[in-house]
Amino acid sequence: MLTPDSLKRIDREIAKYPADQKQSAVMAALAIAQEELGWLSSEAIEFIAGYLGMPPIAAYEVASFYNMYDLKPVGKYKLTVCTNLPCMLTGGVDAGEYLKKKLGIGYNETTTDGRITLKEGECMGACGDAPVMIVNNRRMCSWMNPEQIDKLLAELE
Amino acid sequence: MLEIEIDGKQAQVPAGSTIMDAAQLLGAYIPHFCYHKKLSIAANCRMCLVQVEKAPKPLPACATPVTNGMKVFTHSELAIKAQKGVMEFLLINHPLDCPICDQGGECQLQDLAVGYGGGASRYQEAKRVVFHKEVGPLISMQEMSRCIHCTRCVRFGQEIAGIMELGMANRNMHSEIQTFVGRSVDSELSGNMIDLCPVGALTSKPFRYSARSWELARRRSISPHDSLGANLTVQVKGNKVMRVLPRENEDVNECWISDKDRFSYEALNSPERLSKPVIRVDGALREVEWNVALDYVSHALKDIAQNHGGEAIAALASPHSTLEELHLLQKLTRALGSGSVDFRPHRRDFSADGKRAGTPWLGMKLSEIKDLDAALVVGSFLRKDHPLFAQRLRQLARKGGKVSLLSVTADDSSINVHARLTVSPAELVLALGGVVKAAARQKGVAVPSGLELVEPCASGKAIAESLLQGEGEKGKRAIFMGNVAEQHPQATQLHALALELAKLTGASVGFVGEAANSVGGYVAKALPTALDGYEMFAQPCKAYLLLGIDPEIDCHNPQQAVAALKQSALVVSLSSFKSGAALDYADVLLPIAPFAETSGTFVNAEGRVQSFNGVVRPLGDSRPGWKVLRVLGNVLALPGFDYDSSEQVRDEILPEGGVFVAGLDNGLDSGLSDLTLAPGAAASGLQRIADVPIHFADPLVRRAPALQQTRDAALPAARMSAATLAQQGVAAGSQVRVKQAQGEALLLAVADETVPAGCVRVAAAHASTAALGDMFGAISVERA
Ligand code: SF4
Ligand code: FES
Ligand code: FES
Repeated sequence: MLTPDSLKRIDREIAKYPADQKQSAVMAALAIAQEELGWLSSEAIEFIAGYLGMPPIAAYEVASFYNMYDLKPVGKYKLTVCTNLPCMLTGGVDAGEYLKKKLGIGYNETTTDGRITLKEGECMGACGDAPVMIVNNRRMCSWMNPEQIDKLLAELE
Repeated sequence: MLEIEIDGKQAQVPAGSTIMDAAQLLGAYIPHFCYHKKLSIAANCRMCLVQVEKAPKPLPACATPVTNGMKVFTHSELAIKAQKGVMEFLLINHPLDCPICDQGGECQLQDLAVGYGGGASRYQEAKRVVFHKEVGPLISMQEMSRCIHCTRCVRFGQEIAGIMELGMANRNMHSEIQTFVGRSVDSELSGNMIDLCPVGALTSKPFRYSARSWELARRRSISPHDSLGANLTVQVKGNKVMRVLPRENEDVNECWISDKDRFSYEALNSPERLSKPVIRVDGALREVEWNVALDYVSHALKDIAQNHGGEAIAALASPHSTLEELHLLQKLTRALGSGSVDFRPHRRDFSADGKRAGTPWLGMKLSEIKDLDAALVVGSFLRKDHPLFAQRLRQLARKGGKVSLLSVTADDSSINVHARLTVSPAELVLALGGVVKAAARQKGVAVPSGLELVEPCASGKAIAESLLQGEGEKGKRAIFMGNVAEQHPQATQLHALALELAKLTGASVGFVGEAANSVGGYVAKALPTALDGYEMFAQPCKAYLLLGIDPEIDCHNPQQAVAALKQSALVVSLSSFKSGAALDYADVLLPIAPFAETSGTFVNAEGRVQSFNGVVRPLGDSRPGWKVLRVLGNVLALPGFDYDSSEQVRDEILPEGGVFVAGLDNGLDSGLSDLTLAPGAAASGLQRIADVPIHFADPLVRRAPALQQTRDAALPAARMSAATLAQQGVAAGSQVRVKQAQGEALLLAVADETVPAGCVRVAAAHASTAALGDMFGAISVERA
């Protein structure tokens, strides 16, 4: 299911915990699997569960709890807008609305060309920079007023 | 010890206790949902908030450890306000559907809402909707909006059943209890989740909408299935058993029962129930009155005894029969001049009979299992043969006890095992010999004779080591012999080796026993002095008395049993059911009452005498088995059959009374002397491994519709490892012809890596494999 490279990375995570507590590596392992596969299918979750010797439903609990894991396929770029309270009070909701209009999609939807998926996120710990969004779980973007958003979208070809 | 004061009452509790523990000790009630004494603490419902002196806010009683001098108020203004607040939140998303909810009347949320809920809701917004889930034939998850996310069901799976099947997916208001991608819940203990669920989210599928809890009378009973003797509350409406629930008995079943115990009651109302005596007239079966049937039986038996001698009569009883029935059957058979009586139809090796030091039993109390340091289970499909015994071992392993398994398949035991050795049935004796030898060497004493050629493997050594640890402090380690070890063709050798191992390690030896009266049968002396339960079919007799048994399904060699029954002059079957095969071979069918309709006694694995009364009247014209045998004794004019009650019969068997039977002893008079083990001698050709699947194991459970739809009741297949499949030239998923002695069966070949090489696992106790022979022994597989 995963390349030897990904498995090696997972093994490195497992090695950080006592031998009988492999499942402590579940978050890292799911993240690595998602990185390779693009999203976490139930087959992928079951594979990771099996690899860590834990029941599939236990891995599913984790995968469905954190919203950075994608249980459905996403576009090339996943744009997650923070709409938690501090951001909400400082333009987060507006930024989301602007994006929706601009892309012609709602939250949890992907543009027809498969380029961008829009998601709502939870506090990213950067409330002072609101509105904030994150691209593909990795790249933080701060102070996202409409011009900044336009600039970002132009970049994400 | 710590001092604590709750609502002005003082108590002393051991360090580590929670406020909830202390409150229970004092009899103070603190409302709760997620807390359960047998489960880990989750502290997620917050219903148990109480006021603690000097604490700035209310604290959850279930999760707050007691500190010395703590003062707790469970009913102060602050506590009540907190509890009411929590209740309001719990009710926000809970549907107002109590009138159509199956839990109504026995719902903890309903009860506590009366005490702590408001008269009206302040919440005007939309309630959330949770979709229903499909998880199999036993548990209904149709109304998951009712769930209050206490996670009792999840923790039960993880901690008690040993297999996490339900989990809580998603987060916050989107949380849902579900299985992984809509799979079914297959645990053999799953029904307990229905009891644990404090609301009507998990309900019993077979019971749903059939009665309200307040319409039901609660009666006490004992499970007639496995050897644990689970205590039951049987709920009755009219004259019908509507539901079975556990009756708490910490020493026996704790607060659990297996799904078999819980749902087998459905068979009590099966259309296959036999409700009138039936005799064969001119080849056809005809319903007759009791006196006609009993006269017929008495004449026929006397005839045979006169013309062929009493020895021509054989009697076989199910080990699920009551103590009283077993006693009267053997008494009657012996009075007719025959010693061919047995209650162990699955057994093959009877050579221990006559050498036993006493009644074989578990070797310890069930409640002592938790104190073991190490345990070895030999030859058992542990989880499926003994769901609650396995549960006790699971708890032992969870606390660090070393549980090892030596068996013929590597089935998932859901126990965190210390060591595991899986060998073919033919190698089982050798493997146990290996453990004995390893133990002798590790202890530095002479290896018992006969074991010179055996070489213990790594797992064998690990098992020996675990049994030797802490040797000297007596009785802390145990060897348990499972069903396979008793049904095995070399059962006595296994027994002798276990005793040898016990001698070396100081462990106790015990038999788990396959049925409700596996100990009781010995106590009732339903034991052969002539032909045993196997020989009576191998050397056909003229007449057979069958008690509560379907020999075509329940015998070690069903093919041989049916052939013998067909050739005999008389087959009298005392049964609760009319099954296909019996209609073929039986001359008389006498309807006897199953456990719910008769009084009787089961002696469980630990020797505990558990008597019970009938909870409903016998169906139709059926009568309690002990009464039928008593009257038959009278009609035959046999002496000593004048009993007025089943208690009189019991007192004849157990004159000294008491909670436990006397004379329990697993010793054997002869030791290992005649045994020489040689590796390699055993294996040649393909061998059969026969399990008795959990939901086929007795006549009652076989006819319980919901249980028959579970995964555990799947059709038997020919299961073997991929390598064995390849060797036999058959593909997984294809039909194969399985042959044994003169019989054959068409089965699906299934790849199963838990089956050792050179073996085929073909379940016994099922009509589709009834044409086959011995449970263990040579078998062949070919493309169909
Ligand atoms: S289904 Fe029942 S037992 Fe399970 S979490 Fe919900 S309320 Fe608790
Ligand atoms: S609320 Fe948006 S980053 Fe904290
Ligand atoms: S019972 Fe204490 S939090 Fe649920």
